[in-house]
Order: sequence, then C-alpha cells, then structure tokens
Amino acid sequence: MSSNRVVITGLGAISPLGVTVNDMWSGLCAGKVAIDTITAFDPVGFTCKIAGQAPEYDIRKYVPKNLRKSIKLMSRDIELSVIAAHEALFHSGLVTKGIDPDKININPERTAINLGAGLISCDLVELAPAVAASITDGKFDLHKWGKEGLEMVTPLWLLKYLPNMLACHVGIIHDIQGPSNTITCAEAAAHLAIAEAFQVIARGNSDYALAGGAEAKVNPIVMIRQCLLGRATSQNNNDPKTACRPFDADAKGSVFGEAAGIVVLENFENAKKRSAKIYAEIVGTGQSNSLNPQYEHLEPDGYGLQIAIEKALADANIKPEQLDLIIPHGTGIPADDLAEAKAIENAIGEAITEIPLWPTKSMLSNTGAASGVIDVIAAVSTMNEGKIPAAVNCDIKAEGCNLNISNRMKEKDIRHALCCSYSYGGQTAAIVLKQPD
Amino acid sequence: MAERVVITGMGIVSPLGHDVETLWQALLSGKSGIAKTTIFNASTFPTTFDAEVKDYDLTKYTKNPHLHKHSNRGSGFVVGATVQACKQAGIDVETAEPADGIDRTRLGIYLGAGEGSVDNDAFFAAIINGWDIEKNEMDWDRWAQIAFGKMDPMRELEQEPNMPAAHIAMLTGARGPTRSCLTACAASTQSVGEAMMMIRRGDADAIIAGGAHSMIHPLGLTGFNRLTALSTRNDSPQTASRPFSATRDGFILGEGAATVILESLSSAKKRGVKILAEIIGYGSSSDAFRVTDMHEEGRGAAQAINAALADAGISYKDVDYINAHGTSTAENDSIETKAIKTVFKDRAKNIPVSSIKSMLGHLIGAAGAAELITCVCAIRDNTLPPTMNLVDRAPELDLDYIPNKPRKIPVNIVINESFGFGGQNNVVIIKRYS
Repeated sequence: MSSNRVVITGLGAISPLGVTVNDMWSGLCAGKVAIDTITAFDPVGFTCKIAGQAPEYDIRKYVPKNLRKSIKLMSRDIELSVIAAHEALFHSGLVTKGIDPDKININPERTAINLGAGLISCDLVELAPAVAASITDGKFDLHKWGKEGLEMVTPLWLLKYLPNMLACHVGIIHDIQGPSNTITCAEAAAHLAIAEAFQVIARGNSDYALAGGAEAKVNPIVMIRQCLLGRATSQNNNDPKTACRPFDADAKGSVFGEAAGIVVLENFENAKKRSAKIYAEIVGTGQSNSLNPQYEHLEPDGYGLQIAIEKALADANIKPEQLDLIIPHGTGIPADDLAEAKAIENAIGEAITEIPLWPTKSMLSNTGAASGVIDVIAAVSTMNEGKIPAAVNCDIKAEGCNLNISNRMKEKDIRHALCCSYSYGGQTAAIVLKQPD
Repeated sequence: MAERVVITGMGIVSPLGHDVETLWQALLSGKSGIAKTTIFNASTFPTTFDAEVKDYDLTKYTKNPHLHKHSNRGSGFVVGATVQACKQAGIDVETAEPADGIDRTRLGIYLGAGEGSVDNDAFFAAIINGWDIEKNEMDWDRWAQIAFGKMDPMRELEQEPNMPAAHIAMLTGARGPTRSCLTACAASTQSVGEAMMMIRRGDADAIIAGGAHSMIHPLGLTGFNRLTALSTRNDSPQTASRPFSATRDGFILGEGAATVILESLSSAKKRGVKILAEIIGYGSSSDAFRVTDMHEEGRGAAQAINAALADAGISYKDVDYINAHGTSTAENDSIETKAIKTVFKDRAKNIPVSSIKSMLGHLIGAAGAAELITCVCAIRDNTLPPTMNLVDRAPELDLDYIPNKPRKIPVNIVINESFGFGGQNNVVIIKRYS
C-alpha cells in the first residue's frame, strides 16, 4: 500500500511553563519547575494542593473578531487548544482563514484535525445557583430541579463540556473541513490523536492536519478524582518544586496540570514543495493495551506498553539502539513508573543503559490529554537544538529502575526520539520521531 | 494491495432487544423502544420519556462480573454486545489461552464511547454543602468535605470515556491498537471507519469496533433539554420520533452499545468464519461552520458521503439504500435531505432512505454502530427497515423514506450516515460479500 511521508511543520504549546513553545523550551532548559500551590480554586480541603497552572492569557487575541461571541461557549480546555492551534499555524507558513482570511494558502477540504481531550468537568460555580434552587430539606430535589433548576441553566451549557468541542472551535476558527476526530484515551490521548492524524495523511485523505491535545486538569472535580484514586501526591504540598519525581526513590505520586499542544502535520512532498521549515518526521507509531484488573494502574510488567514501543520501532523500521532519546510518560506514581521502566527496558534491550531518558513531568506536571503532545514538542525541540536538558527531581533512581536518566544538560545530535504514554484504562501508545533529512 | 475488510461478528444491547435478531425483527415490525423515563424521576423535566435499555443482566454474559462492577451503563452494555459479537466471529473471551487463531497483539479495539453519568448523590450533595448562597460563591473546603466523603474512587474513574474500551480489553485480552473517540452522535461510525483503515494498513487482523453510551441521567437530559434538541411530545412517546415528518420536534435520547468484529479478509478466510458483509468505504469531514448548527446546505455531510464513495471506488448510482442519521430534529432531517440531493443528483428521489431512530431513539455515541448492524441485516435479508411515524410528510422533504412499512428489494450496497453535534460527519459503506 502506497503511503505518504508525514512531517511536522508547526508547533504550538501553552503549558505551565508559558504561553509559547519557546517559553516551554527555555523553561525546560533552565530546569524550571512550573508546579506550585493551586490558585484556580481554594485547595485547602484537598489531599493534593499543588498543580501546574498555565499562565494568564487573553483569549480574545487568538479568536478572530467575527467569532468572539463563541468565547462564552469555551471551557478552559477549549481555550487552551485554541491558543496552541494559533501558534502552531502561525509559525508553519500555512495561512488559514483564522490566521489571515485574505492570504489563505491551504485547502480547507484537505485539512484534518485530530485532538486528544479529557473528560471535561462542568463549571460547578456556574451550576450551583440552579442546584441551590432545587433543595428540599437540605437535599437535592430532582423534582424541583426539573421544574425550576433546569430553567436556570444557560441554554448552551452542554456544549461547553463535550470533548469534541475543542476540535469544533479550532476547526471553525481555521476553517478545517477535512476529517475531524477527538480521541478520549486520557493520558495516552494526544499520542493516539497524532498517530491517527499521521495515518490520515499517510493514506492520502488529507494533506495537512492539526494534531495534539489539551486538558485543563486544575479543576476541583478533575483534581478530586486523581486524589481519590491516590494518583496525586498528598505528601508534597509544602515542597511543590520537588514534588513530582518520576522514577525517583522518593516519589509519592503525580502532580496534575493544564496544557495544550498542537503540531501541524503535513505531507512531506507538500512541505518540500513550499520550502516549509520541517521540524521532524513521524516515522513510526505503535499502540496496544495494558491488561490489569486494577486498571487505574499500568500492569506491573508493563507488557502492554512494551508492545506499543516494539510496534512503533518496527513501524519506523529502526533498531532500538538507533534511538538517541526516550521521553517516557513518567508520572511520579511509583508503581506505574516501575512498570513503565520494565516496559522500556524489555522493549529496548541492552541499549537501554546508553540511551538517555528524559522525563518532563517533574517540571511541567501531568497535563493529561495534552501530556503526549507536550512531550512530542519537547522531543522535536531537542532535535532542533541538539541538546537534552537535565532531568529534574530524579536524584536517586527507584529500586528496580535501570534507566539512563541524567541530571546534566547534554549536547547530542538526536536522529531518532521515542515518546510513549499510557492511560488509566489501559490504552498505550508510542511514537518515533526522526530528525529531518 | 491493501487488505479487504469484512464483518464477521455483531452484537448489540439496545432499547429494542439485547441481541441482533430481536432488534432486527422489532424494527421490521415497526415496534418502538421509546417510553416514559424510568431510570430516574424525570416527571418535571420538559421531556419525560426516552429509549432505555431494559432488563439488562450483565452476569448473563460474563463469568467475571466483579471486573465490571463499577461500570457506567455504557461500559456494562458494551460487555454484553461484545460477547455476542465475539461468539459469532469465533473469538474467545475471558480466557488466557485463546484458540481462535487471532494473535492478541493483532486484535484491536476502537470504540466511539461517551462519558458516564456523575454520581448524582455525591455530586449534588457536595455542591449544596459548598455553595454559599449569601456570597454567591463556592466554599471549596466545604465542597471537598462532602466530595471526599461521598465520592467513590472507582465510580469516579468509570465516568471517563475510555472505560468501555478498558472493559472490552479485559474481556477479550486484546493487545492490538486500541482507541476510543468521542465525536458526539458520529462517534461509532468514525470508530468503525478508522478501525477499517487500521486493518487495511496492516496494523491489526481484527478490531472490535463500535460504540457505547448512555446520557440518560439528570445532567444529560438537562443539557439536551436546554438545547431544545429533544422532542417534548410527552403525551405520545411512541410516535414522538418522526424523522422527515413535518411535525417532528426533536430527537429521543437513547442508550445502548453495539459492536462489530472487523477482520481482514485473509484472516477471516484463514479462520474459516462466516463473512456477514464487506466494509468498502469510509469518508469523514467537518462542517467548520457553527458550534450550534449544521452547515445550511449540508456541505460537510455531502463531502463525507462523496469521500466514502470515492474510497469505495463506486458511483452514487451503485447505492441501493441509505441508512440516514435521521434524528427527527427540524435541522438534521432537512439538511440531510439536501446533502443526499447534492450527492445523488438525478437518483436522489429513487434511492430508499430510512431512519431507524424512529423506533430505536438516538443512541448518541452508539448510534452509528447500531445502525450499521441493521444495514448488514438489510443486505442479508434483502429487506429495508422503515421510517415509522411518517404520516405528515414535509413538502420539501421529498425523498423515498420507506414510510411505515419495511420493503423487500435486492440490497447489495448500503450507506450508513452519522453526523455529530459540533460538525463531524462520518459515512461508511458496506457491501454484500462475494
């Protein structure tokens, strides 16, 4: 089956380290930790009181004037994705309706979008007055809600919280009329979305795609779920800068955050023809499943993730020792990190002691459905800059972890990089990137 | 040469029955799965009826019910549907040593699945405790006191939309490519289409594809009622879903799960399993128009149908039947009709089109896969399911909607259309296998 080569020609990210890819990269190079006490809501009653919050932004800057009415329909997840999409396109040289309606140089029908999204929680403050109007004897009264509370809910309420609305808003702003999908596989979502968009271009259904993911996890409902599951650390509230410790002996759990990342994927021939700057080529993707009756964790031997990595390497047609960098999922949850370390070791074999491994969540926090694309952008940056920043908070490797994690910045020519991820729920994913020729 | 992809198994849990034959016979006899809401007391809501899955017993399908005990409704349903589909396709479930000839690293999962309901008691009690009516603000400490006390960790986790896929993985041991997508009402047609593409590409030999969803819960009903998307014909639930009718006033919220086994032709032949139909085309597009509305001329819908025809390598003249999205909303049915006219030109009025949502209601994330299953039955029996409740036809809706009675005609190539809220359009084409 003939297949088109697919390259990355644009990058966009808003993360706890800043509103641009440059902010993120310089923060990562400086070893800056963007985790701090939560200010989005008062976290005093929460077992985990820290998170990675995105900096302030003015969403109107990223939405064309004629569409600004739609801002009131945007949940924070949607806003973040709109900002990242704008940056990714702005630097790609591709001009959509949303960048400049007078200079469009892209065929909307040949453009796809595929974003990973999380389970977006509704805004409880927005809902609360309607709930408060539906109380009998101190308890929620469904009968009253149907009669009175319901009428107080804003008519388009549901539309703010459908996961597919990220791609919908971005698609309207930039007039994207090709295939649109929303992958809802939690922390593996962005890698799977990129993998699918890659396939859409490879098989010739589109020439361009926006791919990535976004999630705003600094929200009481979203945060409490991670606290209840014991995934969020409850023991590092006083030391946010050293709280998230992937693969470290002293790790106590993950720290969650918010981000959006979007990459512009493009048919290689097309990118070459228009002399676009090519950041990297996607050469392999792999996916599988972790099978664990305790499905909130990766299975202890990490086999499902190992399969995904092996498939991605086979798809890229490279040997493990050809990898120059691995960015793992590395959440700081001890059991999961250990399982991931086993998966990586088993997939890579002996070369594992040589290949640098660089976890990013210690600085950026765990940004859920965005985390995979944030790592892809970080990997692409290492390729373009020829260096791997120092790992942070990985001081003493956890027992049983034989990964090569360095606390020093390293100059290195990165020809191939691997990013991998998995979700609570079991889906696993891996992507191999290659330096442009 | 890309692999040809065929369907070798089907399973369903729906408001009209918990197996394919029961559903199919119900549809042919014009039965309705729509009735007064019983899952919760909706008597004061603008809409008091829906299409519920009734008398579903998960333990009939699994010997490990404890693995699924925290499931949201969609996850529970999809276990039953998948057990049926696997049985038909000869795929072993709940065993460490499958003997069905399918390498588990080449058995994938792709579901279009929705989020589960919130835990209503805990959710509302926490808001009530935290909300300061005087100050009009939330005291998160007080909110958290109730939330931490009342919310169950697994019950919360099970609301995530990737959970149905997790349950199917545990059931089947699938280690192949696994994704879950959520493009509203188009999700399970998209999952089937993308799964077909993965098999064509050679990434898997077989994929369990389909959808699972239930939005029948207080906040789901609230959301759709506020959007005025639902019928409010509370005095006549069974005639409320009336796609393409002049007096249609909205869709009927349904729930369920439907899965099909997609398999490469070579794997199906090697295993010697019965082939139910071939899936030959998939097209996907987006409206990029408005958050709240479909494109007025059905631009995206027509583009998706055309893309599917091109992918299948057939002409609009080759199509025998269109299984419409046909939601019974004013907007969808008239725009879908326009899109069909755009694509099928001179033939538009001669191609039979029907909407089984007139009987089944709208299964949202599971709708497309449920409808695909009926398309396979239509080919098998050379019989088209009707659009029920079509008594007062709107003048501008002038296609052949198969009103009120099934029809026997030769059926070889069928189009299944799904259009999602937010503008995602997905179309698959299936063909009699020969």
